[in-house]
Formats: sequence, structure tokens, C-alpha cells
Amino acid sequence: MKHTISVLLQNKPGVLSRVTGLFSGRGFNIESLSVAQTLEPDVSCLTLVTSGEDTIIEQITKQLHKLIDVIKVTDMCEHDNVEREMALIRVKAEAHTRAEVLRIVDIFRGKVIDVGPKSYVVEITGKASKLQAVIDILRPIGIQEIVRSGTTAMTRAQKS
Amino acid sequence: MKLTGAQAFLKCLEEHGIEIIFGYPGGALIDVYDELMKNDKIHHVLTRHEQAAVHAADAFGRIKGSVGVALVTSGPGATNAVTGIASAYLDSIPLVVFTGQVPTKLIGNDAFQEVDIVGITRPITKHNYLVKDADQLIPIIREAFHLAKTGRPGPVLVDLPKDVLATRITYPELKPISMRTYKPTYEPHPGQIEKACQAMLKAKKPVIYAGGGVILSDSNVELTELARKLNIPVTMTLMGLGGFPGSDLLSMGMLGMHGTYYANMAVANCDLLIAVGARFDDRVTGRVDAFAPHAEIIHIDIDPSSISKNVRVDIPIVADCKHALLAINSWFGRSKEFNVDECVEKNRPWHEQVREWKNKHPLGYVEETDIIKPQFVIQKLNELTGGDAIITTEVGQHQMWTAQFYHFNKPRQFATSGGLGVMGYGFPAAIGAQMAAPDKVVIDIAGDGSIQMNIQELATCRQEKLPVKVAILNNGYLGMVRQWQELFYNKQYSSTVMEVVPDFVKVAEAYGAVGLRATKPSEVEPVIKEALKINNTVFMDFVIAREEGVYPMVPAGKATTEMLLV
Repeated sequence: MKHTISVLLQNKPGVLSRVTGLFSGRGFNIESLSVAQTLEPDVSCLTLVTSGEDTIIEQITKQLHKLIDVIKVTDMCEHDNVEREMALIRVKAEAHTRAEVLRIVDIFRGKVIDVGPKSYVVEITGKASKLQAVIDILRPIGIQEIVRSGTTAMTRAQKS
Repeated sequence: MKLTGAQAFLKCLEEHGIEIIFGYPGGALIDVYDELMKNDKIHHVLTRHEQAAVHAADAFGRIKGSVGVALVTSGPGATNAVTGIASAYLDSIPLVVFTGQVPTKLIGNDAFQEVDIVGITRPITKHNYLVKDADQLIPIIREAFHLAKTGRPGPVLVDLPKDVLATRITYPELKPISMRTYKPTYEPHPGQIEKACQAMLKAKKPVIYAGGGVILSDSNVELTELARKLNIPVTMTLMGLGGFPGSDLLSMGMLGMHGTYYANMAVANCDLLIAVGARFDDRVTGRVDAFAPHAEIIHIDIDPSSISKNVRVDIPIVADCKHALLAINSWFGRSKEFNVDECVEKNRPWHEQVREWKNKHPLGYVEETDIIKPQFVIQKLNELTGGDAIITTEVGQHQMWTAQFYHFNKPRQFATSGGLGVMGYGFPAAIGAQMAAPDKVVIDIAGDGSIQMNIQELATCRQEKLPVKVAILNNGYLGMVRQWQELFYNKQYSSTVMEVVPDFVKVAEAYGAVGLRATKPSEVEPVIKEALKINNTVFMDFVIAREEGVYPMVPAGKATTEMLLV
């Protein structure tokens, strides 16, 4: 089963390689990963998506905890959470398809962020499934390039 | 007053009570070695290889119960230390290794004798540091010592660029260490203690399985109290030997691949397994699904990631072994449900069963009159040292025979590379052990293969005037691998025949040490007695039965009940 794990880390050189080294060294798998600073400049948040049986996930979270630079590990699957991914898609946009692309982008609440004579760059955010849906629909029109971010996630506000 | 980084470094070692360090100089560390010459509080032991320096520091820490310190130069000095660091990591030994590094400006330039040792040792250290800023030098060293000895202990590496060692700094005041991200759990959860004690009350066929954590946490007294109070038989891992008296009637010796028949049978049939500071290593469990299949399992360990890693545990207790055992003993002290006589009575059939297994297949070997059996040598060493020597070993058959036939009654009496299994560990470890306990008899039990992996340390022994004794069980083979080849590879002794073996007596003599040799069983005792009398390093070359095997043996991947017996 897929798990999104959120890790708060000390923002120090080499910390990312401690995390990735742990995964490669112990044979765990990383499907996606994103890292950036948090509100505190000396703390980073790393979100990674991995998959495995419960025992593997348990080991992953314990081993992450064991790293000296790790502050907090949260398995997002244990919480109600929101997850987002972003994709930049360069799609063919010639005279007869430009309007169609714009319509699709609009339906998925995406944005065209770069306009070229024969292509657009489209920005889409959402869950992985939504991104996949956009890609599937744009594919027949002609996708030239895709860049996707890793997943980021946050727990929802508690309903009191 | 400002100090150079090198001066501050030594001052910080003194602050941590370090009097002996093991190392090897080099270009990147010249500043430190220059200061060492002027320092009369810290004694530096010059080993003849950096790997040996780390093993010696490792064993020094194990025997003394403190943190060992090794100091090696950049590049090859650092890479030579890697095996030693990995060994300490797998055995959870507190150790701080300082490596020299090229000046900060050159880092990343492929400078002379530069390696990214922090990158290299990331997976084999508890934590590691590159000191980039001289002002961080002392806070980092303090953190390194703190990390090495607290929680689950382990090696910590600190990389020291040459310019940092030359920079003048103000020596910072000593402040209590507080690390936001590091707070090991020492105290057990009372609810889990209650559950564990209730399980112990109910159990009719309990077994204690004690590991190296018992020794690291100095909880042998508490463990012994629990075992005797509840009348529970005890088996130990290789790392746990000495955590419970080996000659006690409740001791079943070591378990696992070369464990005793009765220990393995007891674990396979017990209804409650109490694992204390052990980690369910594959050499202990054999086929995992057949390990303690009928047992409820209690697991005490300070490292949460050890729990349910290999074997599902029913009652986990994340705590320091000592704290957990104290809590358990105190529970039984005040429990109204607990009655000693009832407990003895309830376990009686179980003890009878264990005794029956013991009588059926005790540890043993076929004695011969004209050829020395290795087990006989170890029995004689045990007898003639009163079981009181500090023993180190290399890795292989001799290591397993030592674990089987030397009775370790006290903790911190035995140093062996258990997890990584390093040939070449024992001799430098004996140096560290002898430095830690100058008045004790220290014996490295070795094979003719493994002694050659760090034989150059004869020079260190001589330079430090150490009366270390080395008992070489010489069969002209890499015996453990040969045994596997005999049993599972159609006796194809591929590269395990040592066609050239040096004359160990002459090697010893070449270094100014003493060499003795025994080729007949009748010569074993006189050789050991003479060696023990000599106040010098002694190599005892025991020419043993060439194809003697270590038994019992659980073939890899089999259940621990599927033992090959003598």
C-alpha cells in the first residue's frame, strides 16, 4: 500500500542524503520526494511517497526517527490529510487545437503560464489522479514534455 | 585565552576523561600530533594500521565501560578505519573516531589524501560530523561523545579539516547538552512492565534470551536477579556472553547457529521468550517462522527500530535494559500474586525437560591422544586462567569454540566482532583490552588465517610493552568456510587451504616477542602455563586437528531445531 510520509528535519548539509541513503541501504523504495524549508529557517519538511507492507512502513518510520537530524515523522495515512502535486506540461498548441487546450486547462482549473507560437506550458495542481486525468486528455493533442513535482501533504484541521 | 583547534581538541578529550587514544598520524593531523607531544595527560598508542586503532579503541571501551577514541588521518587513514567503524556500529559499541581532513577550502577538489569520509561512513555510524567552522569544533565533539554513549550506543565520526585545527578559538564553557531531535527513552512504560510481569507469572516454560544490550547497560546483576528469582533458564547471544554467569546452573550457553542443542530446543519449545537487549539476528533465529513458534515474546530494547524488525513481538518494552529489569524486579518484589515456591514448582517440569536435553546432547567433541583438539585448548585456557581472563577473538571456528567452551562469568570480559564478523579484530582488540585492564590476563584466541589480518600489531604490543597472549588455533585452513564447503559444497576447498602459513614462533621472535608451539595434546598445558608466566607478548601456536568442525550447527536458512550434531 502507498504511504505518504512527512518528515521534519534539521536544515543542515547532508541531511537529505541521510534520508535517501537510509532508503537505498535498507532496500526501501521512494516513489516521489519533495523537500523545502518550513516557517522555521533551520527546519525543512520532506514529503515522500513509498509503498510496502505494514511491517516495512513501520520499519521505515522507526528508522527515520532514529536519524539524529530528524525531528518528527508522520505517516499521513494515519491522519485525515490533503495532498497536492504539481505538473508542468508542454502541450502542442497549433491553430486548430489552441482553443481546445485552453478549454481543458480551464475545466481542470489549471493555468497557461507560457505561450509559444506552437505550444503552451500548462500548470496543473491536484492529487496524482487528477494530474493523470489531465495528462490522459491532453495526450492525443500532443504532449511534448512533462515535469512533475513530488507529493506534498498536510493534515486537515481537526474537527472539534 | 585563545587556543588553536588542535589544542582545544585535546583539551576537550581531557574534559571527557580520555587518557588513552589509539591512532596513526598523517599530514592532515600534524597539528594535533604536535600538541600531543606536549601533552602529558593523554597517552597515544601508535598502532601499525588504522583499522587496528579503531578495533583497539572499540575493545578499550567495551572492557572499561567507557567511550573509546581513535584518531586517524585523512584519505587512506580514514578509509582504513572504515572496517573498524562498521564493526563497532553493528555491535553498538560507544566510540568516537576523529579523522583528519584536507583544509576546508580544498574540500571537494579531489585534493591529496581527500575522501568524503562523512559520506562514506554515513550508513555505519550513529551520526557523523564535518567541522566546517572552528567555533563549532568543541560543541560538536561534546555532542559526539554524548551520542556515542547514550541511547543505543554506537560509533560517531568527527571529520577535522586541517585549517580548523590551526584556527585560534575561544574554548567554550561546558553546558549541558540539549539536542532537540535526540531523546532516547530510558524509562519503561509501566503498563508494558505490568503486562510483561503478568506474562512471566503465567508462563510454564519461560526462557530468557539475553544480548549485548545487557552488557552495554551494565544490567547483568538485575538480569541475574530476575532469572534466579523466577527460576528461568537463560541463553545468551555471542554479544551477550558474560551478561549472565556462564557456569550458573540456569545458563544454557549460547543459542543460534552454533548454539547449544539445549538452548535451541528450549527456545523452540518455550511458551514465553524474554528478549533482553538482543536483536533477533539471523544467526540467532535461523528460519524466522520457526523461531520460538509457541512463545509469547517480550522484547526489551532501547532502540524502537529493533522491535518487531525480524520477529513479531507481543510485549515490546522500549527502555534501557537496566531500568526495565529494575522495574520488573521491583514489580515482583511487591506483587502479592508472586510466590517463589509456586514459581519454582510451576517451572519444575520445564527444568526437567531442559536438563534432559542437556544430558542428551551436551557440548562436546571426540577426544584424541595424538592430535590437539581446538576445543581442548580452549577448555585448558579456561581452566588455567580460572575463567577470569579477558578474551578477544577473531572471526571463524575459533570464535565459536571460544563462545562454547570458555565460561564467561562476568560482563566486559569478552570482546568479539559479532555483527560484522571481522577477521583481524581480536589482536588489536586485545591491545585495547590490555590498555583498559593492565593487571588482567588478556588472550586473543585466533585462527591461523585471521591472525594474519592484523599481525603487524605485534609491533604495537612491543612498543607498549603489553603482555598480550595470542592462542593461534592453527589448522592451515580458513576453517569456517572450509566447514561449509565440506558440508554444503562437496568438499571443494576453494581458496580455503592456506598453502603458505608463516612460522608464527619466528614471526613473534622477529618482533622481540615470544613464540611457543604445541603439536601434541600433552604440550598444551605446559605451553599455556609458560605463556602465562612470561611478561611479554606471546604467540602460542597450537597445531590442531585440521578438519575439526564446529558443532552443533544449524545450516543457514534452517530452523534452529534442525541441528547437525557431533
